[in-house]
Formats: sequence, C-alpha cells, structure tokens
Amino acid sequence: MDFKFTRENLDKINDAIKRYPDKQAAVMHALWIAQAQNGWISNEVMQEIAKVLEINPEDVLGVVTFYTMYHQEPVGKYHLQVCTNVSCMLRGAYDIYETVKKSLGIENMQVTADKKFSLEEVECMGSCGSAPMIAVNEDYYENLTVEKIEEILKSLTLTLSKEEGV
Amino acid sequence: MEKIVLPEIKHLHLIDVYLANGGFNAARKAFSQSPDDIIDQVKKSGLRGRGGAAFSAGLKWSFMPKTTTKPKYLCVNGDESEPGSFKDRQIFEFNPHQLIEGILITCYAIGAKTCYIYIRGEYHKWIRLMENALADAYRHGFAGEQMKEKFNTDFSCEIYVHKGAGAYICGEESSLMNSIEGKRGYPRVKPPFPAQYGLWGCPTTVNNVETIANVPPIISNGWNWFAKIGEPKHPGTILFGISGHVNKPGVYELPSGTLLTDLIYNYAGGVPGNKKILCVIPGGSSMPPLRGDQLEGIKMDAESLKAAGSAIGTGGVMVMDEDTDLVKVLARITKFYYHESCGQCTPCREGTGWMLKILNRILRGEGSVNDLDLLISVANNIEGNTICALGDAAAWPVKFMIERFRDYFEERVSKEIKLPVANKVHSMRKTEFPLAEIKN
Ligand SMILES: Cc1cc2nc3c(=O)[nH]c(=O)nc-3n(C[C@H](O)[C@H](O)[C@H](O)COP(=O)(O)O)c2cc1C
Ligand code: SF4
Ligand code: FES
Repeated sequence: MDFKFTRENLDKINDAIKRYPDKQAAVMHALWIAQAQNGWISNEVMQEIAKVLEINPEDVLGVVTFYTMYHQEPVGKYHLQVCTNVSCMLRGAYDIYETVKKSLGIENMQVTADKKFSLEEVECMGSCGSAPMIAVNEDYYENLTVEKIEEILKSLTLTLSKEEGV
Repeated sequence: MEKIVLPEIKHLHLIDVYLANGGFNAARKAFSQSPDDIIDQVKKSGLRGRGGAAFSAGLKWSFMPKTTTKPKYLCVNGDESEPGSFKDRQIFEFNPHQLIEGILITCYAIGAKTCYIYIRGEYHKWIRLMENALADAYRHGFAGEQMKEKFNTDFSCEIYVHKGAGAYICGEESSLMNSIEGKRGYPRVKPPFPAQYGLWGCPTTVNNVETIANVPPIISNGWNWFAKIGEPKHPGTILFGISGHVNKPGVYELPSGTLLTDLIYNYAGGVPGNKKILCVIPGGSSMPPLRGDQLEGIKMDAESLKAAGSAIGTGGVMVMDEDTDLVKVLARITKFYYHESCGQCTPCREGTGWMLKILNRILRGEGSVNDLDLLISVANNIEGNTICALGDAAAWPVKFMIERFRDYFEERVSKEIKLPVANKVHSMRKTEFPLAEIKN
C-alpha cells in the first residue's frame, strides 16, 4: 500500500528539519508523525521518509529496528503496555499482566483477532512511585490493582463498542 | 526544609506564576556577568550531576573549548529510563520554566546557541507539558532571538525537545547524541569526550534535567548558599524517588546526606505490615544492592553511599521487604539489561544473556552452587570490558547481590556441584563418528 504524508504532516516534518543542522536528525520526528498517521511503520512508510529527508531507506530501517516504540507491525486500536520491571513487580505487576493476558486471550506481542487490543510487556516506564502501572496508547494508568485493571479493560471495550454503534 | 527544585508553589508550571516568584531573574543576573564567572560559581557551589555519575557540573562545563569556530551544543538528558527513577518527569510537570531558565544560563556559560532536551518517548504527556512550557517561554521572549531584546544582551539560544522512542541505552550520553543525530543509539568509544567531539562532531555538554534545574537558584542565591545545604562534598537537595515496599512511595526532595532509614521510615511511611527490609537498591537498578540489616547510618549522598558499597545513581530507592524473592528480582533486573544491551560489545551482549539463563535456571529450582560462582565470573568478565557503562550496570547487581546475599542464594540452589557436560562441545561439530554416551 502506498504511503504519502498529509500536507499538514509534511509541514510538521519540515518544521522538525529546521531544528537540526542535518536532515537525518529529523528521522525520529518523521517516524513518530508517520506512526500517528499510519498506525505502524511499513516499508512504504520508510521509503517515503527516506525520500522526504533525502537519506537512504536503510538508515531509516536501522532507526526503526533500534527503537522499540516504532511498531513494525500493526498494533491494536488500544496498545496495552504492561510494565513488569522491579518496582512494579514488587507491587503486583505480574498479576496485572496475567489478568490482561487472560481477559484478552493473547500473549505478549500479539493482537486480538478483532484488532482492538494488543499487548506488550515493557520495561520501566518511569512510574515506579505509582506502581504497578500500564500504558494504553499514550496514557498512563497508575496505582493499579487487579480490580482496577479489569474495570479499565471493560471501559475500553465499552468505548469501542459505542464508537462502532455510531 | 527548603525545596529548591520542586518548591511547593501552586501552578508554578504556568509562566505567570513562575515570573511572579522571581522567574528569569537568575538568567538576567547571569547575563550581566561573564560566562567564566558563571562556570566558576557553579564549580564552587559543588553542584554534582544528578544523572548517575555525580560529576561536578561546573568542571564539566569548563571542558568546553573556549576558542572554536564550531557551534557548541547543550543536551539536557531527560531519558529517565533507569528502573526506579521517576524524578525528572516531576520537573517537566511542576517546574518546567526553572529547567528552561537553567538551560539559558548553562548555554550562556558554555557558549552554546542550541539546546536539545531529550525526553524518553514513553513520556508523551510530559513531552506535551514541556513543549507547552517552552512555547510559553518563546511567546514571552525568554528563548530564541527575542531574548536579546528581553534581556538586553547579545546572547540568545534556541531550545528544542527531541523525543526518544523506547531505548534505555539512549540515556547514555554518547548514545543520546547519536539518537539526536537520527541514528541508531549506539554508544561511542570515549575518548574523544563530548566536550571535544559531541553532536555532529562539535563541542557538546550533556547534563541531567535535575542538574540543570538546580542552576538558577545557585545563581540567584549565590554558590555559598548552595554549598551549605546537605553534605559538603555533594551539596544541595536531591530528588529521591522511593518505590517498592513502602507505604508512601513517591518523590521527596531532601538535603543530600539524609539518612536512608529516615527516607524510608519518616518520609515514605515505612514498610507495609511493618515487615523487615531484606534489600534496598539505593540509586536505581544499576547500583549495587544493600542488605536490609546494614542500613543503619547510611547517608544518601555520593560519598557516603560509595563508602557503604553502593552509589547514589539517580537517587531511585527501591525497597524490598523480607518476603521478596531476590532471585526473581535479580533475574528481572538482568532481563532488563539483556533486553537493553545495544549489542556492540560481546561481553555485554552475550554476558547478559548467559546471566539471565543461569538465573532462570536457579528460579526453576535447577541451579547448583557453582552457578553462583559462574554468575559472578560472568559479571566480572563484563565489568570494565565494554564501550559504555551499561556493561557495569548489568554486572553490578548480579555480582553484589550474590556476594552480599550469598546465604540467601545458597538456600535456593542445590549444594551438589554440577559441572557442565564436557562433551557438549562435540554436538556443535559436524562429525560422522558416533560419540560416546554421556552418563551423568
Ligand atoms: C546505560 C546508561 C543509561 C543512562 N541513563 C541516563 C538517564 O536516563 N538520564 C540521565 O540523566 N543520565 C543517564 N545516564 C548518565 C549519562 O551518561 C550522563 O552521565 C549524564 O546524563 C550526565 O549528566 P549529569 O552530569 O548532569 O549527571 C546513563 C548512563 C548509562 C551508562
Ligand atoms: S556495554 Fe552494552 S550497551 Fe554499552 S555499548 Fe557495549 S553492548 Fe552496547
Ligand atoms: S518499574 Fe514499572 S514504572 Fe518503573
């Protein structure tokens, strides 16, 4: 599938380019913008970024594969990131993780069949003082308990079905 | 006790409130002095880096070449990915303008015209907050070209946020610079150091967010004032982030040298269920763990913690009660470093994987005593043999946890020495000859 940046996003990238003495430095910005537009980083996305920044597609690929937050495959509408690092683990992160796995019926790095949810076990997200935590897309949910995470999953599902109802 | 970095002022994140509380007066004061004077004051204040190594900030700035035709850069390190650390985000959220003012003063002192604030990609919200504050500062003329008019000087600097994308290693300063350049975040071999060869080969200074946020009060109140706070050798307040088994986890800004037990029991409300403490990691997961029965009298500053056999790191204190499974903790820590190793150096790339394998074996109840020595030996072979300090960060928890909790770990493994099967190596060769049957 072909990928082209929207006019608005191209402007954003051009704005980012101005911040550095070298166009390649804008590649991480461009990838973030592309991911927001496309949901994930496909080959076509990388080709397009290489063209816009006048760099090698291999250099874009090199960056994409180095950083864990660029999705190399599509993720669910809600991408659940569960921290299981020490501070969270000490406060029950694995219970949260198991609950999410069970409720969604998926394992780490999988997407539900309806493409609504995906799951990723992540490293410390900088919320150790309000552990355990998960992030759903860009938002943090902190001080969790098994009950709370069940509620969150329920309300996310509800939001999705409401959206579909419209 | 006075709070320097996170004062308790309502809505301080708003530029009007910041201005009403004397905001940007320190920058004004700084610009009326010479850059060397500023460096000298910061040096004398004793301010040490809050990003891990506790290096003198003023000294680091003085390494920046004075005569160069190249542009100079400041990078503010807000990667904050060390497990147990969650302090810099408080500055982004509650006092971003003090960080901006600190950046102005630092850029002036080192002669930089561009500053990048590197913030970890997961911090979407805090990136937005920081960018909003920055936009406000620009709008009010406190950054960019308009500074010249606002402050009536001929100095100005641009400040940009650079968003990471999930790689712990990018907190390492040379990896961070590669990441800003739009490359894979591989750490660089040092020397040359950033002050000589940094961003795009130009002189660069990298400092932690909290370090820079300390600069305006030092300039306003004088180095003398700062040097008197807390421990003389590591003065100032420190943002301690305390997590794990405590009743009130969170960030506490306290004078350096505060007793660790004070922090745990008086500020963080002690351990739930009044349980005993088994282990404390005092400075983020990379730092050597301390035994719970040896916490008495330990002060929280770089020198005291070094003497106690650990390090201040990022001031992220992780508390583990008596019911904690230390093998699980150590395996989880090791998994982290295995996952985050950038893979450039063989000892780090392979060693972290081996340590994880052995720890998992012990977790499954299949470990033997010689596994403990094997772990220490692998750790020793990583430490000091790598390009960057992630190698040491992976080695220390393993080495010190096992040395200091030898009794605990011996309980978890069989006493019988199991030697690796010697003939296993044969299986890697292509051979037509039948191999002898191996009997355990
Ligand atoms: C693996 C690794 C990760 C690091 N992560 C961070 C970090 O997230 N934030 C930070 O300020 N410093 C981090 N550091 C330390 C930086 O390399 C650098 O020393 C620091 O930013 C300098 O700032 P300071 O002198 O103000 O402390 C890390 C170092 C290593 C080896
Ligand atoms: S020590 Fe590890 S993280 Fe650091 S450069 Fe070497 S392989 Fe990469
Ligand atoms: S350990 Fe989970 S947020 Fe830090």
